[in-house]
Amino acid sequence: MSVSIAKGNTNVKIDTTVMQPTAVNSDKKVVFDTKDLNLWYGDTHALKDINLPIYEKEVTAIIGPSGCGKSTYLKTLNRMVELVPSVRTSGVITYNGREILSKSFKVEELRTRVGMVFQKPNPFPKSIYDNIAYGPKIHGIRNKKIIDEIVEKSLRGAYIWDEVKDRLKENAYGLSGGQQQRLCIARTLAIEPDVILMDEPTSALDPKSTHKIEDLIQELKQDYSIVIVTHNMQQAARISDRTAFFLNGEVVEYDHTDTIFTNPSDMRTEDYISGRFG
Amino acid sequence: MKYVDVTQVQKRMNGRILKNNSFKVLFLLATIFGLIVLGVLIAQVLTDGLSWINWDFISGKLSTDANRAGIMGAILGTFWVMVVVAPVTLIIGIGSAIYLELYAKKGRVQSFIQTNIANLAGVPSIVYGILGLTIFVRALDFGNIVLAGGLTLSLLVLPIVIVAAQEAIRSVPQHLSEASYGMGATKWQTIKNIILPAALPGILTGAILALSRAIGETAPLTVIGIPALLIPFPGGIFDKFTALPMQIYYWTLDSSLVEEYANLAAATIVVLLLLLFILNSTAIIIRNKFQQRY
Ligand SMILES: Nc1ncnc2c1ncn2[C@@H]1O[C@H](COP(=O)(O)OP(=O)(O)O)[C@@H](O)[C@H]1O
Ligand SMILES: [Mg+2]
Repeated sequence: MSVSIAKGNTNVKIDTTVMQPTAVNSDKKVVFDTKDLNLWYGDTHALKDINLPIYEKEVTAIIGPSGCGKSTYLKTLNRMVELVPSVRTSGVITYNGREILSKSFKVEELRTRVGMVFQKPNPFPKSIYDNIAYGPKIHGIRNKKIIDEIVEKSLRGAYIWDEVKDRLKENAYGLSGGQQQRLCIARTLAIEPDVILMDEPTSALDPKSTHKIEDLIQELKQDYSIVIVTHNMQQAARISDRTAFFLNGEVVEYDHTDTIFTNPSDMRTEDYISGRFG
Repeated sequence: MKYVDVTQVQKRMNGRILKNNSFKVLFLLATIFGLIVLGVLIAQVLTDGLSWINWDFISGKLSTDANRAGIMGAILGTFWVMVVVAPVTLIIGIGSAIYLELYAKKGRVQSFIQTNIANLAGVPSIVYGILGLTIFVRALDFGNIVLAGGLTLSLLVLPIVIVAAQEAIRSVPQHLSEASYGMGATKWQTIKNIILPAALPGILTGAILALSRAIGETAPLTVIGIPALLIPFPGGIFDKFTALPMQIYYWTLDSSLVEEYANLAAATIVVLLLLLFILNSTAIIIRNKFQQRY
């Protein structure tokens, strides 16, 4: 059985018999569209026939047990997977209609449009200021006044300005883990991306810092499209608009978060969110 | 029933503790042995040489008269050799390390090169002397000037610098370069701004230790024919020269002719040791000061 789903200006055929993403209707614009994506690490088939539209200015959560390919999928969206030499891909990912997996799309450009926040806070061993200024500088901005402005704007955007404004010249390693992670978010904002990818951004943080980052994500989605991998089901339920459930490299179910958590259509999704495995 | 039986454990306890303590004593003795040998060596050198060290000895010209001989020529020679060795090994060493760690595809060729660099580090230094004699002194016709000696010693310590720099680069955590790539930086921007600054203390430490190895070497310099004659002070890298270890070598050789030469050799050893001590301490200070904390 096969149904046709209208999303924005594209039509995608989705075969529901193999439990592909279920009906996700929306008039929202699609930022990232993934079609028949397969990915191998050498012989390991890590992503299998992924079809997944990601919508603009929403929070899309990716959940699933360890090793199911969440990080791999996220890193495919900004082609960070290419840092692993054995990676091969097939299929198509379009970003605002442009095919990103082809060599003609320069990764440097893609990663300027699509920022990333990592699992473990990873500030550079530099000052707070230099951490934020790094992005604008590598993209060729030399004017000190403009960089100053970007630094302040980004730190404000990540709600950490008040905590660090008097110590911008201090080493970022003096910050707490939660502050470091917000600094990393600010550093990503400084390259003014459209999309922010976050790979379990709160898994190394205490509950209070986690709460701050969740609030921040809610604010950021006014201006950015966010894709977040999370291990924490409550977190997905709290902050995301849509949720994709991954299992063994496949998308088992993809729907509005409410639907996924209250009325999942696949048994495995239900088992997972009710904590029966994973 | 419990597998860990308390009475059994008690029975074996004394034996275990005895073994524990004996090994502690054994390792302590090994350390003490090393320290004693070192102490005797230094004491010997100091008693023979210390009273001979004075400003005239440091700043004086070479002379066959033991009471008038000085080592300024050798000090300057060693200095100019360092002026050649330091930049050559740093530039080539860091360059090779960057290529091998960050650009070369991991595979057969890369591991072949890697193995050979490790092997080169173990080649006897006299072999490098022969290489230097063949290439720099004869084929390129430099003669036995500072440049030839410096390049020969550079070849000798290059493997050490490359390996140290590779280790320093490898120890820069992946998550830092990922952060940089993740913001759209190119590979070169990431290397220049993130990887090299983080690796620099390790690279410098390795380079200084290699430098101190180079200035203590004698064999390769004898092979390329560095004299300890009454030559003028070297004023640059194109001059003929002698170096501290050469000076020590010739004075020791001739101490059967003139007894005081043995004291002069000892005094020169003190100076060389002091120099090495300063270099090695600098390396340690750099390492501690920039102790990485990510
Ligand atoms: N660099 C890599 N090399 C080889 N296999 C990898 C690599 N990274 C991940 N994998 C494999 O790909 C699969 C998916 O991993 P990952 O995307 O990290 O899962 P998740 O983030 O959902 O825990 C796993 O089986 C993992 O072992
Ligand atoms: Mg992961």
